[in-house]
This record gives sequence, C-alpha cells and structure tokens, in this order.
Amino acid sequence: MNALASVLVELTAGAMLLAVAATAADIPAEERRSGYDFMSRELKAMQDDEAANPGMLAVLDGEAIWQRGEGAGGKSCATCHGDARISMKAVAARYPTFDNAIGRPIDLEQRINRCRSEHQQVAPLPFEHKDLLALAAYVAHQSKGQPISVTDDARSRPFIEGGREIFKLRQGQLNLSCAQCHDDNWGNHLGGAPIPQGHPTGYPIYRLEWQALGSLRRRLRNCLIGMRAETYPDDAPEIIALEFYLAWRARGLAMETPAVRP
Amino acid sequence: MPRTLIKVPATAKRGEIIEIKTLISHPMESGFRVGPNGVPIPRDIITLFTCTYNGEEIFRAELSPAIAANPFLSFLTIACDSGTLAFHWSGDSGFAATETAAIIVE
Amino acid sequence: MQELIRKIIGDAALQVGKVRLDAPALVENGNAVPLTVSVESPMTEKDHVKAIHIINEKNPQPHVISVRLGPRAGRATLSTRIKLKDSQQLIAIAETSDGSFWTGTADVIVTLAACVEDRL
Repeated sequence: MNALASVLVELTAGAMLLAVAATAADIPAEERRSGYDFMSRELKAMQDDEAANPGMLAVLDGEAIWQRGEGAGGKSCATCHGDARISMKAVAARYPTFDNAIGRPIDLEQRINRCRSEHQQVAPLPFEHKDLLALAAYVAHQSKGQPISVTDDARSRPFIEGGREIFKLRQGQLNLSCAQCHDDNWGNHLGGAPIPQGHPTGYPIYRLEWQALGSLRRRLRNCLIGMRAETYPDDAPEIIALEFYLAWRARGLAMETPAVRP
Repeated sequence: MPRTLIKVPATAKRGEIIEIKTLISHPMESGFRVGPNGVPIPRDIITLFTCTYNGEEIFRAELSPAIAANPFLSFLTIACDSGTLAFHWSGDSGFAATETAAIIVE
Repeated sequence: MQELIRKIIGDAALQVGKVRLDAPALVENGNAVPLTVSVESPMTEKDHVKAIHIINEKNPQPHVISVRLGPRAGRATLSTRIKLKDSQQLIAIAETSDGSFWTGTADVIVTLAACVEDRL
C-alpha cells in the first residue's frame, strides 16, 4: 500500500484524529518567509523587474495561448473566462483545491487540463509541457501579491494531513525528511546554498539551475532525487497531498509568480 | 517568432538618456554540456544582436556561449527623434528574430 | 584568455581605470549571473567608448560578449546575465575613440546547487 493510502486509512480509522494544532517543529506564522528573502540582492532584482525576469516570457506566451481557440469548437480560455486579469485574480492562490467532480484535490495544472479536455475538447497537456507551464504562469501571475489561501475544511483536511506526514517522513538513502531541512534548518546553509523554508510562493518558477520555467511538481522531484529518495509518478496522490500541505503551510504568504530562484 | 520582451519608454524628452531593456526566449545551449546518454549537446546560441534607431545602428553585441539562457541585454541611448527602434537577433541554425518599438520624443 | 586580450588590444597598453564591472561577489547559481559594466566617458564625438569586451578566466572559452557603441549611447553602460562555470575573475576592456584601452575586473565566487536534478 502506498504511503498516502496507509496514512489516510489511519486517519479515517480515527486513530490519531485532529492533530491539527501546530507541532513544535512547524514554523510560527510570524517567522514564515518566502524563498525570496533568502536570495541575493541581484536575484531579487531579477525577479522584481518584469522587463528582466525571464519567467515573464512564459507569462506572455501564456497570454497568447489564453486567447487561442482550440479543438473543433475553437474555444479559447477567453471564450469562457474573458479577461484573465479579472476572472483569474486570486484564483491560483487558492490552489490546490478540492474538486467535487472527481472527489479529490487538484492543482492548477490539473485544473487547466480538465478545462482543456472537458470544455475545449482537446487533449490534456503532459506535465512540464511548455504550453501548460505558460498557461499556469499566466494564470498564477494574476494572483501576484495575493496571499496564499487554500481551503482547509473537512474534505481537504485528510489530504493536508497526508501531505504533512510525507513532509515529516524520513526517506531515501540519506534517511532525511523535508522537515529536517525546511522546518528545522531554514536559514542555515547546505553547501554554499542557504536553506529556504520551502514555500510554493512563485510557481511556476524560473529556476536558474534549470535555465527554464518549471512546476512545483518538478521541484519536488528534484528534492527527492537530491535526498536520494524514490520519486513518485507524476500523477501520484502523494504529490498532490504534498502540494496541498505546502500551500496550507505557506498560508498568508504572497504569491510571486513568476518567481526567480537559484 | 520567439517570444521577446522589450522595454522602451513610450515618450521621452529630446536629449534625455533612455534605458532600453531586451529579453528574448532562447536556450543559449553552450555546446559544452553533455546529455543524459553521454552524447554532447550541440551548440545553439544567438551570436549577434543589433539595435537601430530610425535606421541607424546605435548598439551591437556579439554574444558567445557564456551569455545566459534567455538573453537579457540592457543599454542606453539618447532620445533624439520620434520614430522606431528596431531590434534584431541572429544566431546558430539560421535563428533570426526582429522586434520594433515606437518612441515619441518631444 | 591572455590570447584573447592580446587579440583585442594588439600592441596597445591596457590601462587600469575608468571601467567598473559590477557582479555579485557570491552567486548561488552560475547559470545566470547578472552583471553591469560602466565606463567613465563624456561620450562625445571626440571622446567616447567604441567598444566594451567582457572576458572570463575559467569557462571553456574566454570570450563572453563584445558590444559596439558610440556617442549616441549617452553613457557607456551595459547590463546582461552570463554563465560562469566556476569561481573566477571577470575582466572588462573598454576601447575608446582615441585608440586606448582601459580595464576593470571583478572576482566572483560561484557556489553550486545543493539538490541537483540528475540522478547520479
């Protein structure tokens, strides 16, 4: 049984309910800081200047795709959603969100793909596809400055808790958990690199390491590989649970999409 | 057409020094990297960028593989007349891109 | 690197001064290092910067960028982002209209990402 399923079984069996109160290791709200704060002056400037931020190229691509008619019906995102600056304002800040239709949470990229298949009648785009990233960047950019505020209710709780369990779980050859670096050692250095708190404030991000824009999914995969742990398949429930927990953990921090990170 | 992002002030006073910022989508593959199977990834870079102001060249840059992906170039010029700034990039494998921006100088 | 410098300046002397090379002292990722070069010059017809060259010490190739400008620039300055393979020195050479060459340098420490993407 996979990690998430076994955790959900435990929770629904009522074994350890409502461990909702922050544990000693959680970062207190007043100390919550975006990865932006840990960057050099020069990288902050690169992110802040929209004429220099390389992620903005993808935002422009996304704007063009937003207007583009797709499929037999020729519907574009704009056909239903009109001006994204209005319709998508603060939307990305609420993702991941529980999707009633499918009975589980989805992230922004999955939501975009659901729109494509259900409303535009075109094939969903593979994760990390340039167009999907561009659309996600364009939509998330409309949330820039908005506080991350995912819904934390009875339906979402089990998934947030499932994500927390994975975050605290020691994994891989190094027997390391996410929490050990990002809850317990943020602000310290790993090699020459400052350890940030690991908040998904600016996704999709332009990561200098990738020399390209990439998703949170990709970044989490990077982390797991770096930890010498087994990665999850792209559509695994563990990933969405982790994304949901991370967004909940980052609640209140402002969205920065497209962020620049080393 | 590769995606570009140009920032030029829409208006300027005659004689004012203005800042031009240019960004273009391009991998700037150095030719020194090796792919996952050990095969070298071939070089693919922008080698030349020029900027003309009402037809006269005001800035030229010769780029080497050391320029970062999605090249960013920022430089200055004196706003002399209203008109058009034209930007041209060219490089490996016949890469070519052109953009223009209008400026009103009073 | 020395060969490239010689190719640029020929027999002329390389004078230290006038050229300011701003690069971060410590970078977290060598894939996109922001830098700015500015050269003190009145930028008149009679006295201006004709070209600015940036050279690196330890990449596979020494040449980074060469820009050509003239009095229409107003001020001789350039900003861009470069790739640096390792901690090294960067050299900027400015060629002025009277045929002289001026230089300025910057030392950059390049650290590497802690969690890389490729499986080893």
